[in-house]
Order: sequence, then C-alpha cells, then structure tokens
Amino acid sequence: MGNDGSRQGENRRNFIRLGLGAAAGLALPAGLAGRAFAADQPPLGTWPVGAQGNSVFIGIAVPRTGTYAVQGEDELKGWQLAVEHLNSGHPLMRQISTRTKKGVLGKEVKYGVADSAAKPNNAVQAEQRFITENHAILMTGSTSSAVAVAMNKLAQREKVLYVTGISGSNDTTGKDCVRYGFRQNFYGQTAAAALGPVLVKAYGKGKKAAYMTPDYTYGHTVTKSMQDYLATAGWTTVTNQVSPLGAPDYSSYLLNIANSGADVLINVNWGHDAVLSTQQAQKFGILDKMKLAIPYQIPFLAPETGGGLTAGVYAATDFWWTLQDKFPLAKMFVQEFEKKYGYKPEWGANNAYMSFALWADAVENAGTFYPPDVIKSFEAGRKLQSTVGEVYFRKEDHQLVRPVVIVQGKKPGEMKNKEDYWNVIEIIPGEPLMQKPDAFGCNLGTYT
Amino acid sequence: MITWSNFVSQLFNGLALGALLALISSGLTIIYGTLGVLNLAHGAMFMLGGYAGFAAYQATNSFLVAVIVGSVSLLAFGVVMERVIVRHFYSRPHEDQLLVTFGLAICIIEGVRFFFGSESRNVPAPEALSGIVSLGFAMYPKYRIVLMGIVAAALLALFVVLYRTRLGMIVRAGIEDPVMVDSLGINVYRVFMVVFGIGAMAAGFAGIVNAPVASLTPDVGEAILVQTFVVVVIGGVGSFPGAILGGLIAGEIISLTSMVNPGYAYVMLFAAMTLVLMVRPHGLLGQPGRE
Repeated sequence: MGNDGSRQGENRRNFIRLGLGAAAGLALPAGLAGRAFAADQPPLGTWPVGAQGNSVFIGIAVPRTGTYAVQGEDELKGWQLAVEHLNSGHPLMRQISTRTKKGVLGKEVKYGVADSAAKPNNAVQAEQRFITENHAILMTGSTSSAVAVAMNKLAQREKVLYVTGISGSNDTTGKDCVRYGFRQNFYGQTAAAALGPVLVKAYGKGKKAAYMTPDYTYGHTVTKSMQDYLATAGWTTVTNQVSPLGAPDYSSYLLNIANSGADVLINVNWGHDAVLSTQQAQKFGILDKMKLAIPYQIPFLAPETGGGLTAGVYAATDFWWTLQDKFPLAKMFVQEFEKKYGYKPEWGANNAYMSFALWADAVENAGTFYPPDVIKSFEAGRKLQSTVGEVYFRKEDHQLVRPVVIVQGKKPGEMKNKEDYWNVIEIIPGEPLMQKPDAFGCNLGTYT
Repeated sequence: MITWSNFVSQLFNGLALGALLALISSGLTIIYGTLGVLNLAHGAMFMLGGYAGFAAYQATNSFLVAVIVGSVSLLAFGVVMERVIVRHFYSRPHEDQLLVTFGLAICIIEGVRFFFGSESRNVPAPEALSGIVSLGFAMYPKYRIVLMGIVAAALLALFVVLYRTRLGMIVRAGIEDPVMVDSLGINVYRVFMVVFGIGAMAAGFAGIVNAPVASLTPDVGEAILVQTFVVVVIGGVGSFPGAILGGLIAGEIISLTSMVNPGYAYVMLFAAMTLVLMVRPHGLLGQPGRE
C-alpha cells in the first residue's frame, strides 16, 4: 500500500513538476520556479526548514564512553574528515560523490556530536534534540546495533534520514530495516558467508566450536549466522557463552569453554569486551588449546590485546589500511586520515567517511534535500566508486552491496611497521555472499 | 554445561571472584556504615587506583611499587576528597550526597580519560605469578589464585584495624551512635576523615591488584560499582563481615549460574538481592535499625 501510494504521489509530483517547470521556463523568473516546485512538497521531517539556510546540520550520536568508546572515537574522526572534505570539495570526496563541488548542494555542512555510550536511549534522546533544536537533515551514529535499530525507528518516525555507523546485526537492514535508514557495512550473515569457507578450509570439516556472544541483537544474529553456515560443513556448537555488554570479568564463561572440548573459539564480543575476553582466554590457557576466530574484525583489537594474541586469527572486515596497495581511493583516504590524525584509520573511520560520501552523492544526484527524493536517489542502484572498489545500494533493503575483506592476524615478527597487524588474504565480492533482500523479513515502510 | 569437573571449577572460580568483590565492597560499606554517605564515586576510585598503579608501573616496571602507589595515592585522594567536599554533605539529605559523589565520579572518570585516553591499559602480573597451574579439576591462572591470598590478607588487615585497635573501636562506636562518641570528647570528624581515606585505599588497592586480571579502561569501575552495591545490600549495609559474605555469595551466584545458563549469570545476582530484600531487608549480617 505504502509503495503504491508513494508511487502515485511520485507520478503526480512528476506531472506537476514537469508542467510547472515548463511554465516556469516560459513565463516565470528563474527565482520563482523553485518556489512553485516546492509547493508540491509539503514539509516533511526537518525539510524544508533544515535546508533553507546556507548550511545543513548532521546529528552524530557516537559512543565516547563505555565499552565501545575507542571504536566510537575512530568513527567520529571519519565523519569529521568527511565533513571537512565535503566543505572544501576535496578531490577524494569528489571521486566518490562525483557531483560534489563544495558543501552539499552548495551548502556548508555542520554537525553536532553527542555521546551515546552505545545505549539506544541516549542516542535517541540526543538525536531528537538535534532534530528539534538544529533541524538536522541527517543523523548518524552507532557502534552498537541496538543503537542502530533504535535509530532506524526514530528516523522512520521523524522522517529524517539515518546512515548507520558500525552495525553488523542482521536486523539493521533485515527485520528492523526502514525506508529512512541506509547501511554501508555488511550483514553479519555476509561476514559468516565470507569467513565460513576460510575457517573450513583452514581447520577442516566437522569441528567443534565454542561461541562468546554479547547479549544483544548484534551478538545473537552474528552467532546464528556463523552457526548456520558452519553447520553446512558439519561443525557443531558445543557451548555458547552469552554475556552482558560491558561484563567486568569473563572467567566463569571461559571455564565453561575450557571444559567444553571445543576446537575453535569464535569470539563475537566487541569493543573492550572483545579485548578483555580475548586477554582472559589467553590467561586461562584456552588460546593454546583452541583456534580463535573473529567474525567481525574489531578496530584496535590487535594493539589493545597486545602480545600477538591475534596472530593467525581469521576475521572478516570492511576495510584494512593495506588495501591502499590495491585501491587508489583507499590510498588517498589512508593518507588524508593519517595526515590529520597521526595514525592509520580502522574500518570504523572508513565506514563513517564512506557513509557521508555516499549520502552526499545521493543528495547531489537528487538535486534536493527533500527526503523521499534523496531516498529514491539512494535506491537508484547507481554504481559508486568507493575505497574498496565499485559498490551500490540494494533498493529492497537499503544495504550496500560491497566486497568483504578477509584478514589474518600477523605474528609480531612479521609486522613491517607498528600498525601492520593484519594481512589481507582475500577480497570477496559481496553480491554472491548476500542472502535475498527479504530473507530477514525486511519491510522498508513508506516514503512520507 | 554441568559436569563434575566444571562444577568444582566454577565453585572455585566463584570464590576468587567473590574475594575481589568482598574487598571492593568492604571499602564502600565501611564508609557508609560510619559516615552514612553512599559513595557513588567508589567505582571511580577503584579505577583511579588502577591507573595510579599503572602510571607507577610505567615509571618503575615494578608491580610492588604499583600496588603501593595505587593504594597510598588513593588514601591521600580519599582524605582530600573528604576534607574538601564530602565533609560538607554529612548533614545534607542523602539525595545531595548521591549527587555530589556521582558528579565526582564523572569528573574522575573523564579526568582519567583526558590523560590516558579510552584505550585499554595493561599491568602485567610479576613473572613469578604469571602462567597457568593445574588444580586437578581445571587449569587456572596462577595470579588469580595468588590474588585470593592477597585479598584475604587485605581483608584480615582491615578486620584487625576495625576490631582490634582503638581507632576501630571508635569507628564501630561511631557507627552505633556518633552523637555519644562526639560528646565523649572524641574528634569524630578526624575519625571520619581517616575512615573515608581507608575506604578509598581499599578501593584503590583492589583496583591495582585487579589490573593484571582485567585490563584498565576509564569505565572499568562502572560495572564493578553496580555489583558492589548488590554485595553490600545482600551482606547488610554497613556490615564489614556482611561485605565479605555478600561478596562470596555474589561470586558463587555468577559462577554457578553461568554453568547452567550463562545468559542469566548477572540476572541471578539481582534476583538474589531482591530475595534478600524481601526476606531480610537489612541484609544477611546487617542490623535492623541501622541506616
């Protein structure tokens, strides 16, 4: 119903647009044409108020405290660099968003930052404030899929676009997908489909796996996807240790794993939880007995755990800085980021940068900030240049179709410099890995 | 996964977990029992002790120096905090005390984040205490076993101070009736300052001896604080033996529940607290009528 209704609305709008456009071209001064054009688009969300001045505002809610604080700060730097590049019309930005000159549709981009502490309630409250007080025309944030899912609902309700930060849950563009939400990084299912064959090839069929799962949407969906894939190779789950976000100690979970007889430990924990659980697994002697695998590479895991604990570990990731050897845009991004912040970017920063660049491309191609038109621009399926090659958004679930990068941890002796933690062993095209758009029950909802 | 060896492993692990919780909780309960101040900055002080020790370890490479610095610096911090801020809130409502200590906690956490960042910091255990030992029923980190002994010694020292010294006698008398102690000519405020300092030192000591177990972040005290309150409520607010008993019970609940269903390990802790509040509102070893 919603789709049909909006299609009718679109046809009507196109009809009036064409008619008025022709009339304006013949009879009206150019300045009045825009007003006649806007008359058919009633105010929606923060539009048009949020797009009327010389600038537009983006609300960023990112964890700067709590378990995901380190990853959040990295993401924030990616967004800040993107805004800087948008406003200056940087060549890197213009190679991704090819119509960009300076700003977005000539308007300067401003932003506000709030600490979400990876809590959905904090993020929603902060973004609601950005909508009310700053008329934000775009929202972003997360490093927790629980936040991303909550933000999706806010975006759809308030009719303000939302591009996710880090969010690996199958729910984000699956059962909790919305018309107003778009995700740049891949599904947990896609990570499992990419990493699974690598694990089976490395460790064989019929293995016993132990899981460590954070108790929220990301953890449960990623663990399920890994279990489903590995079951096809005869792997079994001997134990699944579900723990709360920010658990101060993992000893009781690790004892269960130590006594489980597992061959492989698949650690789905994230942020500091992943650091602590991995360090403690080593102290309990588990990493001497079991292989460690990480479905979603965790930014800064390798340096924070220290002692080469990630050596030999397989993980799926969006981006690793050595991709600069293969992709020219990745090289530009790494150089620009390092020049500004003094370290090589992690994938959270890359994801953040790309999400703004792809949004700018959608707006520039729509020629307006009017949300339904921007959404349709995202949904047009344009092939876009990114830091990992050509990508496009799937219109049915608003998921970016993009390659998955498989990395393996290096031993300390193999590292060529102090940030050379991972070896890129495979770059797998995304499309064949992905489930059908409706496999997780996505129903995008209405445009207006 | 219930097997005999796993059960014994978890039982033992519960003791180790509980011992540390008991140590942190004892500082909290001593301060509350004596001063009537519910110190929401206790978790932040636990963290600060860890970072003070970390800084000392970076400078000296000595774990022993780290432990001394982590403890003594928090003793000093506690004394200053009591004299400058907390003292002015003894006669104020509990809400004011909660707000001021909560605000202090935020300042401490963000101060540490400003200087050290959010990244994990590691303080390794001394070489002789590192590694894994076989207990027959499980392989267990050597340092965690040693930590049980360290905590037991620290709790014993606190017990001696509280129950076998003149200071301890005044503290316990102050818990029962501060007005009477004051009227006997004893400078209660000086005692309060010392008590707050000892409570802070217990938190700082726990923070640094726990650092080789769980890497430091500015937020490390937050999750611990919640558990510590549960321990104090279970054991009895203001009761030193109650903190020890409550800590051991909490450790066993977390460990043994994880064996049956790990997802409920922390939930069961709160369920136990609720049960205690319903059946024995003043806690297992607390006394009715005491605040």
